[in-house]
Amino acid sequence: MALPTYATTGQKIWHYSYLTLCGLIFFFLIAPIIVIIPLSFNAEDFFTFTPKMLALDPEGYSLKHYRDFFTNPNWQQALVNSVKIAPVATLLSVSLGTLAAVGLSQSHVPFRRAIMAVLISPMIVPLIISAAGMYFFYSRIGLQGTYFGVVLAHAVLGVPFVIITVTATLVGFDRSLTRAAANMGADPVTTFFRVQMPLILPGVISGGLFAFITSFDEVVVVLFVGSAGQKTLPWQMFTGLREQISPTILAVATLLVVISICLLTVVELLRRRSERLRGMSPT
Amino acid sequence: MPTDSKADGFVVFDHVQKSYDGDTLVVKDLNLNIGKGEFLTMLGPSGSGKTTCLMMLAGFETATHGEILLDGKPINNIAPHKRGIGMVFQNYALFPHMTVAENLAFPLEVRKMGKSVREEKVQRALDMVQMGSFGGRRPAQLSGGQQQRIALARALVFEPELVLMDEPLGALDKQLREHMQFEIKRIADNLGITVVYVTHDQTEALTMSDRVAVFDDGRIQQLAPPDQLYEKPENSFVAQFIGENNTLEGVVESIKDGTALVKLDNGELIDTVPVNVSAAGERTKVSIRPERVEYNKERLQEGAHTLKAEVLEFIYMGDIFRTRLRVAGNEDFVVKTRNAPDQVRLKPGETIEIGWLPEDCRALDA
Repeated sequence: MALPTYATTGQKIWHYSYLTLCGLIFFFLIAPIIVIIPLSFNAEDFFTFTPKMLALDPEGYSLKHYRDFFTNPNWQQALVNSVKIAPVATLLSVSLGTLAAVGLSQSHVPFRRAIMAVLISPMIVPLIISAAGMYFFYSRIGLQGTYFGVVLAHAVLGVPFVIITVTATLVGFDRSLTRAAANMGADPVTTFFRVQMPLILPGVISGGLFAFITSFDEVVVVLFVGSAGQKTLPWQMFTGLREQISPTILAVATLLVVISICLLTVVELLRRRSERLRGMSPT
Repeated sequence: MPTDSKADGFVVFDHVQKSYDGDTLVVKDLNLNIGKGEFLTMLGPSGSGKTTCLMMLAGFETATHGEILLDGKPINNIAPHKRGIGMVFQNYALFPHMTVAENLAFPLEVRKMGKSVREEKVQRALDMVQMGSFGGRRPAQLSGGQQQRIALARALVFEPELVLMDEPLGALDKQLREHMQFEIKRIADNLGITVVYVTHDQTEALTMSDRVAVFDDGRIQQLAPPDQLYEKPENSFVAQFIGENNTLEGVVESIKDGTALVKLDNGELIDTVPVNVSAAGERTKVSIRPERVEYNKERLQEGAHTLKAEVLEFIYMGDIFRTRLRVAGNEDFVVKTRNAPDQVRLKPGETIEIGWLPEDCRALDA
């Protein structure tokens, strides 16, 4: 963004201070994340840069924390738990969220806004409140401390993301396509899977990725609703920080950052694909 | 082809009413019989209820009252996907994520037809609309006219007996639209299918249809073949809506022997055909088509009625001349004459004598 030649002094000052401000915001967002990456390769058991690291001496770096993560049974159990919980919770959020979004996008549904607000509320209500509420409710019905309880709780947290992304995709969806399908003899279920689903798929997948990341990163709810048998990665990191300060956490954090970046790249690619597809639709 | 006995109707609307809000009727007591193989057009301004009728027939809207029959069977309670009616949508509604061939195969797949049968039918349908080599393309790679052909082929590929078309040519440019009108008509005739066509374009309705139902205010104002509709409109709405029309207002003086004597507002008396005036003293709008008026004395037919007129505007349009006149106080009286070698070219300000045959002059409701 270059300044036009006729810019006044005031405009120039504003322009450069604006750029500085943006740079600062960017720095504060990114720096804490970037800094953990080199630290995770620390050869010592410290959270700080050692003189050797700063001198870029290869001896200052090692993969020992990564090794620890992949061999320590506590971390491995946490990883297994996370991998067991997140995909199932995501699947539940995606199925229920997509159906809810499709249903709520139809104008004849009564109280659409109220229902939508209730479904999205887990995103707005402070997490600690939801978690406490779930704890008491799930204790009553015997779900507290069970695998299914944690999956269900995470699914509830994921649903709002799916509803929001799918609703957004449905805005651009041409209703006459479903009418055309019905007219050609396809029943509503066939129409949904053959016509509507492929076109809203980018929204469904990005909603699903958000739901997955939510479940994968979540610590508050799982502390309340889960028991030792459902100790997930974030939970293990949390206890790791409290009980033994080990840079293994940094290695795990780096891995999580890498996974998140990969997932978000997928979201972005899908968004581009959907834009292309929508540009293609003949309306 | 037109049928009026209820037993013969392939599609029957029997006292159908439709209201969206439970208060105002969008369609008011519709009765319509459509014969097998007929090309029927529902023509009307927007909001006249024609699209609602089509949607009720397709099953996307339910009739508030009355019954719709298809081939003798009531279809009010049959889901859209079980009706077996083909439809071409205004925006084509082609599936953007499927190729042209996949689009066409879709209705065959849901009917569980085998792959080889499917491919054969798809190819035949594509050939029919002269798009045989486009099977592998996606809809976005086609022009508007090509998409329109694919939409047509897709509505026909599963061989429905009834095909509905909702302003299918609305998005095309004029030349392509005219071309497609003939093509749709030709294909419909060849296949012998029944077509219900909705449009607000009266030229389209006149060129394509066996019969036209003119809708206004939720009612059919007139249901007739194109020539009758144009030459013998039954009320002022139809006369105004179809083609260009000249209106002279006046009062009926007397009606006898199939002729109504009308006293125009400027005092002139003319003979007219009484259409929906019944007694002397009624106000009436007299309708005359612009091309039935003649100002060339040598061409004036025997028994023609003549009136004085002042030329206000003369427009050269190539094949025809369009002249705007002041006649009996009406300043929008238009005459269209063919550009023949011996035709007179008028100048604004001239006073001339115009004439027409009394049978071309229809006294309609005021």
